[in-house]
Amino acid sequence: MKYYLLIPFLPLAAFMINILLGKEVLRDKAHWPSILAVVGSWLVTITSVLPQVMAGKIINEDLYTWIVSGTFNVSVGFLIDPLTAVMLVVVTTCASLIHIYAVGYMHGDTGYYRFFAYMSLFTFCMLMLVMGNNFLQLYFGWEGVGLCSYFLIGYYFDKKSAADAGKKAFIVNRFGDFGFGIGVFMIFLTFGTLHYTPVFGNVAGIAGQTVNFLGWNVDLPTLIALLLFCGAVGKSAQVPLHVWLPDAMEGPTPVSALIHAATMVTAGVFLVARCSPIFNLSEVAMNTVAIIGAITMFFAATIAITQNDIKRIIAYSTCSHLGYMFLACGVGAYGAGIFHLYTHAFFKALLFLAAGSVIHAVHTNDIREMGGLKKYLPITYAVFVIAGLSAGGFPGLSGFFSKDEIIWSAYASHSSVGKFVWVLAVAGAFFTPLYTFRLIFLTFHGKHRGAHHGEQGGHHGEHHIHESPKVMTIPLMLLAVGAVAAGWVGIPPILGGGAHFTEFLAPSVGHPEFHGTHAEELGVMALSTGIALFGLGLAAFLYLRKTDLPEKIAKTFSAVYNVLYNKYFIDELYNFTIVRPTVWIAKNVLVAVTDAKIIEGIVNGVPGAIGRFSGKLRRVQTGLAQHYGIMMAAGAVFIIALVLLLR
Amino acid sequence: MVPLSWYMVLGAVVFAIGVFGFLSRKNIIIVFMSIELMLNAVNINLISMSHYIQDLRGQILAFFVIAVAAAEAAIGLAIVIALFRNKATAHVDEVKEMQG
Amino acid sequence: MIQQAFFAYFAFVITILSLLIVTRKNPVHSVMWMLLLFFHIAGMYLFLNAEFMAAIQVIVYAGGILVLFLFAVLLVNIREELQIGKYIGAAPTSFTFAVGLFVVIVMSLRSFVAAPPGIYSIELIKQETHTKALGKLLYTEFLYPFEVASLILLVAIIGAIVLAKRRLKS
Repeated sequence: MKYYLLIPFLPLAAFMINILLGKEVLRDKAHWPSILAVVGSWLVTITSVLPQVMAGKIINEDLYTWIVSGTFNVSVGFLIDPLTAVMLVVVTTCASLIHIYAVGYMHGDTGYYRFFAYMSLFTFCMLMLVMGNNFLQLYFGWEGVGLCSYFLIGYYFDKKSAADAGKKAFIVNRFGDFGFGIGVFMIFLTFGTLHYTPVFGNVAGIAGQTVNFLGWNVDLPTLIALLLFCGAVGKSAQVPLHVWLPDAMEGPTPVSALIHAATMVTAGVFLVARCSPIFNLSEVAMNTVAIIGAITMFFAATIAITQNDIKRIIAYSTCSHLGYMFLACGVGAYGAGIFHLYTHAFFKALLFLAAGSVIHAVHTNDIREMGGLKKYLPITYAVFVIAGLSAGGFPGLSGFFSKDEIIWSAYASHSSVGKFVWVLAVAGAFFTPLYTFRLIFLTFHGKHRGAHHGEQGGHHGEHHIHESPKVMTIPLMLLAVGAVAAGWVGIPPILGGGAHFTEFLAPSVGHPEFHGTHAEELGVMALSTGIALFGLGLAAFLYLRKTDLPEKIAKTFSAVYNVLYNKYFIDELYNFTIVRPTVWIAKNVLVAVTDAKIIEGIVNGVPGAIGRFSGKLRRVQTGLAQHYGIMMAAGAVFIIALVLLLR
Repeated sequence: MVPLSWYMVLGAVVFAIGVFGFLSRKNIIIVFMSIELMLNAVNINLISMSHYIQDLRGQILAFFVIAVAAAEAAIGLAIVIALFRNKATAHVDEVKEMQG
Repeated sequence: MIQQAFFAYFAFVITILSLLIVTRKNPVHSVMWMLLLFFHIAGMYLFLNAEFMAAIQVIVYAGGILVLFLFAVLLVNIREELQIGKYIGAAPTSFTFAVGLFVVIVMSLRSFVAAPPGIYSIELIKQETHTKALGKLLYTEFLYPFEVASLILLVAIIGAIVLAKRRLKS
């Protein structure tokens, strides 16, 4: 009995139930199938799959022949190795808690059943993505989660900004997925199969081969790796395709937590880790991954400092942390990258859910209208601080161990860009606590600045702000436990731990070789921790003590501030270089010429011509039987004559 | 001895005359008679061939042709009666309901 | 020589009668010429050692089918028939293709190859008599087609009745 099949298919069943019965039958009970399904998946993962994998058993079997066409043969099959197991734990745990949280957050919404249906569908697709044993199934899940992301970003489809954000996410992802698709084709072309085992088994054979691509001779592993990485860049919101993620915050907060923080966006990291045998063959691709990751990490962190939308700050933080993960993969420390993916899922989901709790209470996203919420939302405040400390790399919490491992990997790896990305990683370690605690201090400390509540008369108005219901706070507390303790499975040997996590992952992604002494390791750790604490202290100084100082700094360095506030003008750049020309071409060429002249010409012209021709032809149909007889005789004459002539 | 081809040419002549009558006459009864002419032309061919290759199966076929001709005449003339009742005409060119 | 003369006579009369049938204005005349034609065709069958077929030709065609035609002719208003043209407008085209058909059929006769002779030689038929030979074949080898032919006739009878009967006024 293949128990593991329950993991993806329970959510699919929940989706079916909700989409069929949700609107009319289940209504405000629509969360039940989804929650039961995802908790069931979680239970199967924890009780059945995880122990098996920990015992060293790797499941890899084809269950169903999906497509057979010539030499092209793809099955629906499942591969459950340590990497998949980690992803399963992350996905099912976060999804379970977020589903439960959503019961409170989405309560009373008109599209309640729709929300849970899409969440279940998303969970199904995500699980298929991580459990597939071939690239096509990965691609299926990949596009499936993209589709669900689009549905859920545009969940409030009557709001134009939400609908636009959904479209933006979808279209930006097209760019990446285009490359990913070609990468999958290249893999098939090179290996003749899409299944992981034969592809990765034969991967050594393509080292050093070159291939003609668009007229250039390129190194084959580099090409495949970079094409796959295109997809990862789009899905995981890395520079230059990061622009969709902040806008995706238009979706409901549980969606942001599940899809745009904990799971879907990490699919890119998963892809790189899964394809590590290919990436390992190409130094160019590895360095690209590392540098893109490092740049995104730094770049998103700097933007986050200046933003005022609570969810956007966390979204940029997500970008930044994803950058960390890619950075780790790029220097060969896939285990560290996945470790960060795992801890990040907990503390980032927690940050989002806590932010959702705040938004739920004050009905605004703008931190300038918050402040002083500590006394109204004690639980939310507490978990927010825990998540912030974890994200900021405060020693002893989850985020510390994973981030430290990444920074140390960057420092100690053999990668030629290792030192460069290490510098950026350390700088990022400074920014993370800075923006996180800026957010916390502006939201929870000081005086309440909410105009809406203030107008109703001081304290009286503020009393409307109340803590979220238990169905929301309990998942928050559980996630807080994860944010504190999830990282303890990977405490490095130097701190007395066993680095169990990377050991566990080694069968899937290998074990990187580091060079460095214990003293160096401790020094690097101390440096990054010190810098993180300095960032925290600076945040406290600026936003608790000298609360007028940030504005002064912003005025003094207004040029820098404006660049950061406007997110390096990347959106504007894309608007001018891509969107406007595309729209211009669409309007002036495609609509005016192609559509109006060519397509409508064909569409209207063909029937017109047929109509005119048949108008003439129908005169043949006189209705007189003898005329038809004459035709018949003529036909007979011509056919017999033809036979006689050709004989 | 008369060669077989003479009979066959005779059959072709009668058949062609039948075709002409079928395709050109207005009167539906004569159109039917033209059909009978064509069938007779076929019968001439069949029986002469049967005689010349010493095989009676051609005559069996002619026998069936005659049976079918009788059936066809009965049906055809019933149609003529129905037509005459409905449209009060026996002229083929006045029936053009099939016009496109 | 006498055979050729007989054939020439029959061929000539059959051709002339056929032409008369399709060209007479008065359908009653056509039917009468057709009666004569059927007798000549029956004579030709006799000439081909097919007595039974000759008898059938006379009985079924002359006795059965032509009577049906005469009945139908009674419906036609002969007076009006004599006033209007015999042919439809496309008669020249019809003529062209009828001639064309004749030409291609005659041309294709050149490639006619007779099958190898069967067992029913003239002597055998004479010895066994034609009717008996034909009957044996019809009731053994061609039994099923024979039954089907009877079914066709039955369907034709029913069909003719259905088509020709008046609608009952309900």
